[in-house]
Amino acid sequence: METTKKICAGDVRSASRLIRDLEDKLPQARPRLKQLFPHTGKSFIIGITGAPGAGKSTLTDALISEFRKQKRTVGVLAVDPTSPFSGGAILGDRVRMLRHAEDEGVFIRSLATRGALGGLSQAAGDAIHVMEAMGKDVVIVETVGIGQQELDIIHHAHSVIVVLVPGMGDEIQTMKAGIMEIADVFAINKADRPGAKQLQTELASLLNTSALPPSAWRAPVVSIGNLYEPAGFAEQTAELAQKISEHHAHLLISGQLALRMERKALMEITDALKACILEPVLNKLIASGELKNITQRVKNREADPYTEAETIARRFLKSGEIS
Amino acid sequence: MYFSDETQKKSRELTEKWQHDVQETLKSNPDQKERFTTVSDLDIKRLYTPEDLTDMDFARDISVPGEFPYLRGNQVTGYRGRHWTFRMFAGMGSAQDTNARWHMLLREGQTGLSTAFDFPTLMGYDSDSSRCLGEVGKCGVAIDTLEDFLALIDHIPLDQVTTSMTINPPATVLWAMYCAAADIKGVPLAKIGGTIQNDMLKEFIAQKTFMCPPEPSIKLISDTVEFGAQYVPRWNTISISGYHIREAGATAVQELAFTLRDGIEYVEDIIRRKKMDVDDFAPRLSFFFNSHIDLFEEICKLRAARRIWAKVMRDRFGAKDPRSLWMRFHVQTAGCSLTAQQPYNNVVRTTIEALAAVLGGTQSLHTNSLDEVLCLPSEQAVEIALRTQQILAEETGVVNTIDPLAGSYFIESLTNEIEEKAWEYIEKIDAMGGMIAAIEKGFPQMEIADAAYKFQRQLESREKIMVGVNKYVTEAQHAVPLVEIDEKTGEEQIRRLREVRRKRDHRAVKQSLTDIRTACKTGANVMPYCISAVKNLATQQEICDVYREVYGEYRDPGIY
Amino acid sequence: MSARKIRVMVAKPGLDGHDRGARILARCFRDAGFEVIYTGCHQTPEQVVAAAIQEDVDLVGLSCLSGAHRVLFPRVVDLLREKNASDITVIGGGIIPEQDFQMLYDAGIKAIFTPGASLDSIVDWIRTNIQGRD
Repeated sequence: METTKKICAGDVRSASRLIRDLEDKLPQARPRLKQLFPHTGKSFIIGITGAPGAGKSTLTDALISEFRKQKRTVGVLAVDPTSPFSGGAILGDRVRMLRHAEDEGVFIRSLATRGALGGLSQAAGDAIHVMEAMGKDVVIVETVGIGQQELDIIHHAHSVIVVLVPGMGDEIQTMKAGIMEIADVFAINKADRPGAKQLQTELASLLNTSALPPSAWRAPVVSIGNLYEPAGFAEQTAELAQKISEHHAHLLISGQLALRMERKALMEITDALKACILEPVLNKLIASGELKNITQRVKNREADPYTEAETIARRFLKSGEIS
Repeated sequence: MYFSDETQKKSRELTEKWQHDVQETLKSNPDQKERFTTVSDLDIKRLYTPEDLTDMDFARDISVPGEFPYLRGNQVTGYRGRHWTFRMFAGMGSAQDTNARWHMLLREGQTGLSTAFDFPTLMGYDSDSSRCLGEVGKCGVAIDTLEDFLALIDHIPLDQVTTSMTINPPATVLWAMYCAAADIKGVPLAKIGGTIQNDMLKEFIAQKTFMCPPEPSIKLISDTVEFGAQYVPRWNTISISGYHIREAGATAVQELAFTLRDGIEYVEDIIRRKKMDVDDFAPRLSFFFNSHIDLFEEICKLRAARRIWAKVMRDRFGAKDPRSLWMRFHVQTAGCSLTAQQPYNNVVRTTIEALAAVLGGTQSLHTNSLDEVLCLPSEQAVEIALRTQQILAEETGVVNTIDPLAGSYFIESLTNEIEEKAWEYIEKIDAMGGMIAAIEKGFPQMEIADAAYKFQRQLESREKIMVGVNKYVTEAQHAVPLVEIDEKTGEEQIRRLREVRRKRDHRAVKQSLTDIRTACKTGANVMPYCISAVKNLATQQEICDVYREVYGEYRDPGIY
Repeated sequence: MSARKIRVMVAKPGLDGHDRGARILARCFRDAGFEVIYTGCHQTPEQVVAAAIQEDVDLVGLSCLSGAHRVLFPRVVDLLREKNASDITVIGGGIIPEQDFQMLYDAGIKAIFTPGASLDSIVDWIRTNIQGRD
């Protein structure tokens, strides 16, 4: 209870510790999040995705400044990849947001992708909840790159920003990853580079909004030039923030926000189910060596994966030893 | 063809026989390790023979001193006419402290001055800035205003001694102070000589002393080149530096390639921005390299550097003046090769490194003091380091003949190899759209970080050895007296600065800062305005703050 | 349930840009399985401490090669104490003369690693001294 109060009062130490405990899956952590849950759901959550090197952190940094100008408090969750070899990670995104380090209205937390079991989405969802409970008006989630894992994380957001850079072949990657469909705002970053015009044209034809009903949201495209031409950059990132706010307003007015919240809730339940059914089952099978045996048998065509899975499901669901 | 068919044939025969003998010997006497490599991890063969120089052409690739491709040096008489400049990097505490050290060095036979500034000065902050806690006067001399500068050069004959200033983001300001000081002392600008480091690209790549973003940083550099070409013809306005790139962990090839590619970037920029003819400024470009512990690798690196630059200037930029094709460079022995353990061994390391620089044909040399890995150098340690150069010049005979190692199968082969590998990097960076684009991608930064990490791992596994660190370790202490900067130095400096701020003509200061701001916005050359501003006792941070305001600030992207 | 992942921060307070050691350590810690927050050069002690708390790290490793460690390292410890975060361990490295060690230990720096210290020895120190914290 003490922790809940502290976090709701905005205490950074308690909040960052709880995020850590949740990531580390300490047994006392989940009950605390349950207590926090009623205090969540009020923040506006923005997802930023795009290829590595697209400048997501730099844009996040600029967006923090814009929201702070509006006196809104900001939480940032920056995801970086875990090394598959050592399990360690270098989390370097916050370097680009250092000027906000001492602003008490800004809370920046780095998150490593960690496990292979797909727990990232839940870890991100947990951290977002903690920031919501802290009372952050806006929470920005910055993904590692473009991929399935990112797509899952992005479902936690109300508005999704996709960052593209000319000349990186992003557009194709983006389409493949199915991110075009979920983008609410496009940012063409480093638009001073050659190829920016072409990227804009391609994007416009891909989006092909002509068939949409008049009331539908048409994902705007904001071009952002060189970070080091301070005046222009500030103006363009202000425009980006403006478009994001417009999208937020659209969600509210059109009733779409409820749909997004539903999408988010579904995501959270799915994540939670994975965490309390799939994960313990897999952990037990790994610990007992059974998973290895099954893998071998499937490999040797002595068994099929479907029957094996059904057998396991029946066994665990009946025995109730999954929690 | 470098060798006759007959020689090559004979060589092949004998080499084959030798290889057979080697295989036999290895059966009973195996080598001590699997790979024999340079400190930069280039594989070195057991033996080099005429076959390694099959494609060499004497006139094209080697030639004589003072002739293209300048492999063997720019000067036709080598060191016989004049030794390299004994130039010891020095700076500590207050301007008065440093001035005293300079006079001591000149008395002891040093032939050029070199200034180490403290971090606040290097970063464009005044001594009383909140960013400068604990830094004032620590790693060099604190300079806030022209008054400090005049104290620094007190009784130094500016028309006789050349001065190097290791200063980068605020280079325009410190050079303006030098020009203003010369003017006050009645020495015409055409008579003063020296160097400002003024190389921002390597700051973004390696040394991390930065202030404004790359584009405006390069603009300020081009201003100094233009101003120098017109009014201060004896000044080297950029010292394109590989030293710091190497210290950050680069290999010899990376140091060479990134430095030369930086040079190319500057030349392209000045031609484009200032519409100057390449021969009007190229002779005043100078370079600055590291001399690491691997004797032959360093000699070859320096020889290759001259040859690559000559080709770049002739073929890429169409330079006509031979002085544009000359690569003139200063060398400093490698700080990163020194050890805190058994520090007296550092004298030996520095000697070998200095020898490499001389055999590589340097024009100017700083030798590190044995205690520099522990603290600022003591007077005694500096004296030993200076004497090291003097012994090399006066006793060893290495200056008697020019480029004495030329023609060696190994030396020429390694020189060629380093040059080829450097070209690969240069072409790669060209393909990325130039050095600024490469820096934005983090390319050179990552290459260096990879090399540094690899070397550290090789030290840990004892694949590479540092005596006293991972082999021949002793518990015994080899105490050296440590120099400490009194914490009062900072307080004193701040008091002096505030005194200057109080007494100066505020309206004049304000006006000169406005003039600089206007120049920045219109794109005019800032140098004349900087000179008036420092004469009006504007502080260096005040001028740098104008740059920050107009151009924005660059922050460490934290590439690892 | 998995074990606590060690989280550390590698920070360069002060104005010097000699980040070779800091960057090598960041990689080394990653390869040792730690999660590493790396914040680049030219940090103020205030920025270092704010980041350390937001990231809930177990340990802050400070690197300074400019001689300003005598002022900057103790300042980081003091600020952590002010923010009620004294449980975050602070260690230091760089060009630090032995005569300053005691002063830094007294100020609350738990270990000092100078040039020549092996990476393994630093990782071992962290594993020994950080485990068990919660």
